[in-house]
Amino acid sequence: MWSILSTSNTQWVLFSATILGIAAGIVGCLSYWKKQSLMSDALAHAALPGVVITFLIIGEKNLFFLIIGAAISALLGAFFIQWVQSSTRITEDTAMGMTLSVFFGLGIMLLTVVNRTAGGNQSGLDSFIFGQAAAMVRSDVNTMLALAFFVILIVIAGFKEWKLYLFDPSFAKGLGLSLSLMNVLYTTVLVTTIVIGIQAVGVILIAALLIIPSVSARYWTQKLKTMFLLSACFGGISGAIGTAISAIGRGWPTGPFIVVVAALFFIISLVFGKEKGILLKHLQFRKQQKAHSQEIGHHPVFQKEGK
Amino acid sequence: MTYTAWIIITASLVGLSCGLIGVFLVLRKMAMMSDAISHTVLLGIVVAYLMTRELSGPHMLIGAILAGLLTAFLVQWLHNLDLELHASMGIVFTTLFAIGVILISTSIGNAHLDIQHALMGEITFVPFHTMELPIVGAVPVTTVMLAVVLLIVVITIIVFYKEWKITSFDPALAASLGIPIVFMHYLFMSLVSITTVAAFDAVGAIMVVAMLITPAASAYLWTDKLSIMLLLSSSFGVISAIIGYYIAAWIDTSISGSMAFATGIIFIISFLLSPTHGFLSRSLGKQRNQFS
Repeated sequence: MWSILSTSNTQWVLFSATILGIAAGIVGCLSYWKKQSLMSDALAHAALPGVVITFLIIGEKNLFFLIIGAAISALLGAFFIQWVQSSTRITEDTAMGMTLSVFFGLGIMLLTVVNRTAGGNQSGLDSFIFGQAAAMVRSDVNTMLALAFFVILIVIAGFKEWKLYLFDPSFAKGLGLSLSLMNVLYTTVLVTTIVIGIQAVGVILIAALLIIPSVSARYWTQKLKTMFLLSACFGGISGAIGTAISAIGRGWPTGPFIVVVAALFFIISLVFGKEKGILLKHLQFRKQQKAHSQEIGHHPVFQKEGK
Repeated sequence: MTYTAWIIITASLVGLSCGLIGVFLVLRKMAMMSDAISHTVLLGIVVAYLMTRELSGPHMLIGAILAGLLTAFLVQWLHNLDLELHASMGIVFTTLFAIGVILISTSIGNAHLDIQHALMGEITFVPFHTMELPIVGAVPVTTVMLAVVLLIVVITIIVFYKEWKITSFDPALAASLGIPIVFMHYLFMSLVSITTVAAFDAVGAIMVVAMLITPAASAYLWTDKLSIMLLLSSSFGVISAIIGYYIAAWIDTSISGSMAFATGIIFIISFLLSPTHGFLSRSLGKQRNQFS
C-alpha cells in the first residue's frame, strides 16, 4: 500500500481529495443551516448534462471547461427548482426530485451518445458518475485545488457576514448587508464545491460529502466557528482516508469509500457526541429518572403505613 | 410478439405503476424519499444476491422491500432524534448506497451484477430472459414481475382508497379517525420499494425517480381530484415511456435516459399550458387583472 501512496501522482490526488473534503465540510455547514441538505444532491445530478455537452463541444476532457459546463447546468437546475416551486403549488421536495432525475436522464442520454462515438469510450466521462480520483492528472488537480481554496477563502473571509445571513437575515439586512448578494454568493460556493467534487467523488455521492460532515460536527458543538472547523476536519479526513483505500484496488471507485468513512464519523458522533449524542442523552435520562424516583420514594404519600 | 412490442409493454407497465405510486409521493410531500429508496434498493439487491447467488425472482423483491423499509425506518429514527428530515435522508441513502457500490465493485464485480446496469437499467435485454406461462406462452421475466407488482399496487390502492386519501391530505384527521397512519406509512414505503425494484431492470435506479415523480407532478397541475390525478398520472407515465422509447430509437441512445427526459417534456408542457396552474394562464390572468 505504501508503494502506491508514495508515488507522486497519488500524493497529489490525496492532497486534493483532502482539500475538497475541507471545502465540502465548510460549505456543508452553510447548507445545513439553510436547511437545504438535499439541494446539493439535486444540483450534483443536474450538473451531468453540462459536463457531457461541454465535452461534445470542445471534444477533449479539459477539467476546467467541463467544470464551467457543469456549473451552468447545475445553476439551470437551481433556477428551475426555484421557478417551479414559486409559481405553482408543487413543493420544493417534488421540484428537486424532478430536476434531479430528468437532468440526470438527459445526461445519461447524451453520455450514451458520446460513448458510442469513436474515441468517446476513452473519454473517461463515466468516472464522473462514481468518481475516480485516481484518474485525475496534474492539471485537473491544479484546477480543483485553485477552486477549492477560492471557496474556502470566501467562506472564511466573510465568516461574520455568513453568520448573520444564516441566523438573523432581517438584522443583517438592517445592517446594510445585501441578502440577494449573499444568496448569489451562497449559490456560487455551493455549485463550485459540487462541480469540483464530481470528478473525485461522482455526481451521485458528492452530496454526502456536503451533508454528513456538517451534521456530524453538529453533535459536538453549539458554536458556528467550532462547527465549521470540525466539519472541515471530518470532511478532510474522510476525503484522505477514502481516497487512500480506493487506491489499493484496481478501478475501485473513490466516492463510495469516502462516504463510508464519513458515515463512520457520523455514527461515532451520533453515539458519543457532546451535544444531543445518544449515549449522553441516555445517561442524562437515567440520572434524571433515578433522581426522580428517589424524590418520589421520599414523598410521604408513598411511605408505607405504620413506619 | 415482436421485440419492440415487448419493450414497449414493459416500459408502459413501468409508467403505469410508477405513475400511480407517484401521485401519493407527491401528495404526501415525500418525493425525495423515493430518491432515497431507489438508491438503497441497490444494497438490498446486492445483499440478496450475495446470500442466494440468484439474480431473479422473489429473493430480489424481498431484499428490496427490506432495504426500502430499513431506509424508511432509519430516516424516521434519525428524524425523531431531532435531525432535519432531508439531512437524515441524505445521510442514510448515500451511506447505504455507497456500501452497495463497494460490495459490487470489490467482491462481485465480475459477476452478472453490473453497477452501470443497475443505475441505468438495460431494457434492451429484457426480451431475452423469458419464462413460459400458461396460455400466453413465453413472456420476459421482468414483464411478468412488473405485471404482478402493478396488480399489487392497484389492489392496495383500491382496497385502502379512502385511507390513502385521508392520510395523504390530512394526516391529523386520519389519526383522529383511528386510521393507523404508521402502518399506512410503512405499507406505502413497501409499495414504493417493490415498484422500484421491479422497474430496476427496465429503467435503473435513478430514472425510476423520474418515472415516479414527474408524471404525478404534471398531473397535479391539471386537476384537483385524486381519482383524475391517478388516471392522468398513469397515462402520462405510459405516454412518456412510449415517447422515450422512440426518441431513443431515433438517436440511438439510452432508452431509460430518454424516458426520463420525456417525462420532463410532459412536465414542461403542463407547466406552461395547464389551464389553472400553468405559467401562461397565470401570467395572462395577472395581466388581465392589471387592466381591469
